[in-house]
Amino acid sequence: MKTDQLIDWLTADTAVVAPWVWRMRYALALGAGVIGAVALMLALLGVRPDIADAAQLPMFWVKLAFPLTLAGAAVLAVVRLSLPGVPLGRVPSALAAPVLVMWLLSAVVLSGAAPDERSALLFGETWAECPVYVTILSLPALVALLWVMKTLAPTQPVLAGAAAGLLAGALGATVYALHCPEMDAPFLGAWYLLGMLIPATLGAVAGPRLLRW
Amino acid sequence: MSTNETRLRELLVCGMGGDAAAYHAFLQALSAHLRGFLRGRLTRLPDEVEDLVQETLLAVHNQRHTYDPDQPLTAWVHAIARYKMIDLLRRREGRDALHEPLDEEAAIFAKSDTEAADAQRDLARLLEQLPDRQRLPIVHMKLEGLSVAEAARVTGMTEAAVKVGVHRGLKALAALIRGAA
Repeated sequence: MKTDQLIDWLTADTAVVAPWVWRMRYALALGAGVIGAVALMLALLGVRPDIADAAQLPMFWVKLAFPLTLAGAAVLAVVRLSLPGVPLGRVPSALAAPVLVMWLLSAVVLSGAAPDERSALLFGETWAECPVYVTILSLPALVALLWVMKTLAPTQPVLAGAAAGLLAGALGATVYALHCPEMDAPFLGAWYLLGMLIPATLGAVAGPRLLRW
Repeated sequence: MSTNETRLRELLVCGMGGDAAAYHAFLQALSAHLRGFLRGRLTRLPDEVEDLVQETLLAVHNQRHTYDPDQPLTAWVHAIARYKMIDLLRRREGRDALHEPLDEEAAIFAKSDTEAADAQRDLARLLEQLPDRQRLPIVHMKLEGLSVAEAARVTGMTEAAVKVGVHRGLKALAALIRGAA
């Protein structure tokens, strides 16, 4: 068939295309992901009973800020990787920054602690369940984000899927922080991060399979 | 910024605003640039060039909502053409390794080639696999040069259904290419 004929077909598609429709779709996906994560957290775990007291401590807010700043950078990564030809720019640095700050804080805390306390600072009491629940809470957002990404045109599906997973994981970790009793930087820098990297890996694996266009 | 970039972007933006003539001119100019670009890259696969031109055009059309008007059109088109080219080379992997150089964005509008060879894949035949509500609007709207209103009368569909049919049909066509490839 002649290419000119295809061009005629394409011209016949007069549907008006609003640029930016994807912004609304991603906003809805994020909203659905957060609602899903909160619902799962309330159903499976519950808010920590001492949350009013905990909110007096700066570390409580650091614990929320860590995944939230990562989520902010991951939003940029998801958007840029969804659109052909948009460079990532400084997004990788923005993603690395909160992690490095948390690790720096961990190093300070660990070096200031007595040797026999260090293991408790790193493992807390819930290290084994933390990454599992962060992953579970991230699943609604992961599904919603990949769904939207499928309507767009990611040219690097592994990275795009990973970014969607990381964003979902960061939201899951933020919501999980409302339940989690741990308050030490070494714990957050290890197990929260691992909890966010698991959905990122799931996204990276799913990307090439789901996101072809 | 090259004059091609400026002119093509203007045509695309007008076309997305509903100017069919501008959109037609955009696609026509774009197909020539894609042909020139891909002929220079796929020197080992000359018979695949026109198929890839068509596949890329269809992708550009179906993904036009991902174009940010503040972004260089060159970068957007290059990324789509490159994605489709890598997809093709990957499908052929085993027969040929990935030798073709994938060079920088500016090259996409550097050449223009209006001499279309025949495509190997017949999109008209693929179109026959689509359901009537998608196939008929596409067939009647353009092949016979009918307007939406006329196509609606001929097919007995509403005008809204004709528009939706064309839109979804072109997406389905791209999915068929992926499946058939």
